[in-house]
Amino acid sequence: MRVSLKWLREYVDFDLTPEELAHRLTMAGLEVGSIERVGGDWDNVLVGHIERLGPHPNADRLKLATVNTGSEELEVICGAPNVEGGQNIVLARVGATLTNPQTGSRETLKSARIRGVVSEGMICSERELGLGDDHEGILVLPGDAVPGMPLEDYLGDVILDVEVTANRPDWLSMLGVAWEVGALTGNPVRVPSLEYAEDGDSITTKDLVDLRAPEFAPRYTSALITGATVGPAPGWMQMRLKAAGVRPISNVVDITNYVMLEIGQPLHAFDRDRIAGGKLIVRRATPDEPLETLDGRQHVLSTEDLVIADENGPVGLGGIMGGENSEVSDSTTDIILESASFGFASTRRTVQRRRIEVGGKRGTEASQRFERNLPITLPPIGLRRAAKMLVELCGGTAAKGIADDWPDRQEPAVVTLTSERMTQVMGSDPGREVSERTLRSLGFEVTATDRADGEYTIDATVPYWRTDIGIADDLIEEVARIVGYDAIPVTLLPTTGEPDLPEPLTQMKDDVRDVLVQLGHRETISYPLVPMDLLQTTIPGDAPQDPLRVWNRMSPDQEYLRTTLRGSLLRTLANNERGISRESYRLFEIGQAYLPHGPRHQPEERTYVCGVMAGMRANRSWIGGSDTASDELDFFDAKGLVETLLETLGVRARYEAADDRILAHGRSAHILPETGGRPFGTIGEVHPDTLAALDIRAPRVVLYEVDLGAALQNRREVERTWQSVSRYPGVLRELSLLVDEGAPAGAVGDIIRDFPSVVRSALVDVYQGPQVPDGKKSLAFSLVWQSPTRTLTDTEVDVAETQLLDKLQREAGATLRSQA
Amino acid sequence: MSTLTDELTDVESSALAELERISDRDALEEWRVTWQGRRQGRLPKLLEQLPTLPIEDRREAGQLANRVRTALENAYEERRAVLEHASVSQRLSAEAIDVTLPGRRVPAGGLHPTTQTLREIIDAFKPMGFTVVEGPEVEWDYYNFEALNIPADHPARDQWDTLWLDIEDDDGKRPLLLRTHTSPMQVRIMEAQEPPIRVLVPGRVFRHEATDASHESVFFQVEGLAIDRGITFADLKGTLYAFARRMFGPDRRVRFRCDFFPFVEPGVDMAIDCFACKGNGCRVCSQSGWLEIMGAGMVHPKILQRVGYDPDEYTGFAFGMGPERIAMLRHGIDDIRHFYANDLNFLEQF
Repeated sequence: MRVSLKWLREYVDFDLTPEELAHRLTMAGLEVGSIERVGGDWDNVLVGHIERLGPHPNADRLKLATVNTGSEELEVICGAPNVEGGQNIVLARVGATLTNPQTGSRETLKSARIRGVVSEGMICSERELGLGDDHEGILVLPGDAVPGMPLEDYLGDVILDVEVTANRPDWLSMLGVAWEVGALTGNPVRVPSLEYAEDGDSITTKDLVDLRAPEFAPRYTSALITGATVGPAPGWMQMRLKAAGVRPISNVVDITNYVMLEIGQPLHAFDRDRIAGGKLIVRRATPDEPLETLDGRQHVLSTEDLVIADENGPVGLGGIMGGENSEVSDSTTDIILESASFGFASTRRTVQRRRIEVGGKRGTEASQRFERNLPITLPPIGLRRAAKMLVELCGGTAAKGIADDWPDRQEPAVVTLTSERMTQVMGSDPGREVSERTLRSLGFEVTATDRADGEYTIDATVPYWRTDIGIADDLIEEVARIVGYDAIPVTLLPTTGEPDLPEPLTQMKDDVRDVLVQLGHRETISYPLVPMDLLQTTIPGDAPQDPLRVWNRMSPDQEYLRTTLRGSLLRTLANNERGISRESYRLFEIGQAYLPHGPRHQPEERTYVCGVMAGMRANRSWIGGSDTASDELDFFDAKGLVETLLETLGVRARYEAADDRILAHGRSAHILPETGGRPFGTIGEVHPDTLAALDIRAPRVVLYEVDLGAALQNRREVERTWQSVSRYPGVLRELSLLVDEGAPAGAVGDIIRDFPSVVRSALVDVYQGPQVPDGKKSLAFSLVWQSPTRTLTDTEVDVAETQLLDKLQREAGATLRSQA
Repeated sequence: MSTLTDELTDVESSALAELERISDRDALEEWRVTWQGRRQGRLPKLLEQLPTLPIEDRREAGQLANRVRTALENAYEERRAVLEHASVSQRLSAEAIDVTLPGRRVPAGGLHPTTQTLREIIDAFKPMGFTVVEGPEVEWDYYNFEALNIPADHPARDQWDTLWLDIEDDDGKRPLLLRTHTSPMQVRIMEAQEPPIRVLVPGRVFRHEATDASHESVFFQVEGLAIDRGITFADLKGTLYAFARRMFGPDRRVRFRCDFFPFVEPGVDMAIDCFACKGNGCRVCSQSGWLEIMGAGMVHPKILQRVGYDPDEYTGFAFGMGPERIAMLRHGIDDIRHFYANDLNFLEQF
């Protein structure tokens, strides 16, 4: 809302600079977004009066105006279509700086000779003065402008653009802002008069209104003005409307807008002669009832929409916009003025349903106010204020009395505040006097009582324009914000000792991040909302195929909640390959997959770490690097990473060949609990078809994913028992074994690792070729035999080795290579 | 037998002179054999003549011979050591490298800037007893709005443009949404436990909002909640002061102004003085001198009541902030859309 300080001074005095005022308002909760100075740069620009207007001697389309500046008469050439003798206009003298309407730049006015005649100045348009966009003609000033007056004195202003919070519809009015300024400065507020001559016939509620939908319009007031003359509004009113950003239309319409800006109550003026039956019917629309609103749009309404109707049908959409058919025109004389309460919820829903928009903003000036729940006490005040202006400015006669249909009458609320509560919430109390004075300055009626126990109680009657005050803490905020939050002391919370440890999964996520980053991987975070095609390309066969859909998606690219992170990582890889691609990628993300859980439950949010690796194991460098295919990151790089990661986390796992739709079969594995059970992760090289579908250039991409919640279930007890380090030497042996070429090496390695007295073992070679029989492969292990209690003899090791070989043969079909 | 003593003296000077010229180990060995070799060495050969000397000359010549032998041995050892040292140093010279060539780099990983900022925020609150808790991103209308004093059709809902899940309940309403803030966890935590409470809730939130340089449809928040007997607005100020100092430096000034959030009363907007211009007004702070960091306030008594706490007994405060905004201010990032585009050229700068 644009607040003209010139206008504001009608209601309250203040001697703060605009910056100081903006700061005070902002601190108290009414944020000032910008301060706009109107006329600060109008040097040599003043009010002039066109005494005479004649033709330019040498140009048909130009005129020569004699302009009275109060002290002299100047000859000025003007080509504007709307220039007329007798007008008050804005004269820029030589030396003034104006906005060039063509280029928008600021230029200094020089004396000019046009077609042989010297022009001693220029008559200005709004655009040249920076007042608006109008450049069709010159700006014509009202009659009360005195020639010779600097324009800044007449039109200069400062506009505060304030951002009004949802709880304060009263701040969408000049008077509401004035109360705020009054409270902040301690100055009284001058409330506009509602008194006017009620010279017409008396009316009753029944004469004007039939309120049939109080659920949507809990209060409906109206007044009747007859014999009014429609014409332009007085200049001062037009100027104020313009300052507020509202376009003047006619005196009647301008008065309704003016009162809305002044008091906060939206109003509507109906031409009584265009209301069939002369009476307004406030009702729900009938199914499919048509209405053309003032913006020229045709609506087909439903019973959830509220209309103002006459005998023939709707004449307006209640609280939102009038209808084309009842609009006030130049020939209107009798006016039914509407000032009502429309329910915030129904107004909001109709605006949404009918997609009402003005200038790209949702709703209208009226509906935006009703949606914020205007006070039910406001309609008669707005009504009387507007009726007064219609009488005084349009020459109308007001009927005696007003119509006020208010079936569910309410009394003003009284809220009680105690000093104990003040101290409990704020930590301190400014004292009865300050609390009382502050509330009074905001328009509360206050009864304060000093109690015998030294505390005090304040009963505050909430002023009619406030809808946001209902409990003691609301009053506390009022006092605190006007006194200033800065004045409230600062204390520290008492110490509590160490905070609780976070949930294990929260902790694990951080651990995973740390390990992966230390191992050279880069964390990414991507949108959990993804397009369907990405999911289809990356959902493993066994994952749910019906992802959750967003009903009001922003774009098809963000329509579904991902059920896997694979697509996010692969897409990140593809995006980063564009442009100058890197030699290697090591990316990961920790985030949720969202698994539907039926319509009555929240989905399951499963936390995964998912990563991709692609490119060369070592970057090219002057030292050399990797450049052959065998130096590409492959399955075993990802597996080694996962092994290191899980080991660091204390998760025991084993690996089994996996068959996964998007991974290369034969080069992918499931990660399973060591003790068996469902897989909780996958490692694999991405299938070439998947890579092609995602436009990934890298020929080989390895992907890994681990369900961290499930991994947590497989974490071994954190306590690790210390094993004494043997003081006796170990014996290093190598074992070359032959197994079937299809046999998993893992099983063989596990037997060796778990065999008594084997303290270390490693698979050091895998061979398949002419040196071993067909259908077999050789596995070479290096292992260390050691006893904690004595030095092992060669014989003892030989015996143990024989036992190990027996076990390997029995359980894994492995034989010693030399014996084969 | 002056000839023998002369010859000994001669051997000594010749041998030592020759030794001076020797520069490699082979020549040194040759020298040793020539002069000291057990059978053919010049010195041993001379010494063989000693027994042939008359008794009276033998003692003097013997002493001289010993001295010459020791002198040659010492000179030999000395020379050997010098040559040894020279050869190591020669090898090292031959192996000299250009130390300005780049080293063998281990690939460096890194945390996402959002994670880094979240961790800093959490670390700043941890000493004040706050524990991290996380909650669901797909949330019920009830927790996201209604339980927070934002009923259906409330104008305050405009502050949180919402993405709704395409699931209708029996009344034709859509009850599930993507949480628009981390505040629903306030209610969930209070429902789940009794005071005292001191928690931080980091997490992802969603908005139905067109993106531009300062708006994202998906971003993160950190919520804070403290509930106990005797917690006041002054404690809220103190807690946020302490946070601001830890996070932004000990010289930061902090501003608290009134603001509106339906789930707190009184409501607060907390700002720090702009560190780009020290509060004088610049582009970073839109000329205001202040950077808005978070919303906060005393938990609304209706919410305490709703979760079964007695608002006359318990009070508390809540706050919420966005890590992206903080990271943008600290690192001078001009567009929030960089964060989740995952361009490595961006991520690798952090």
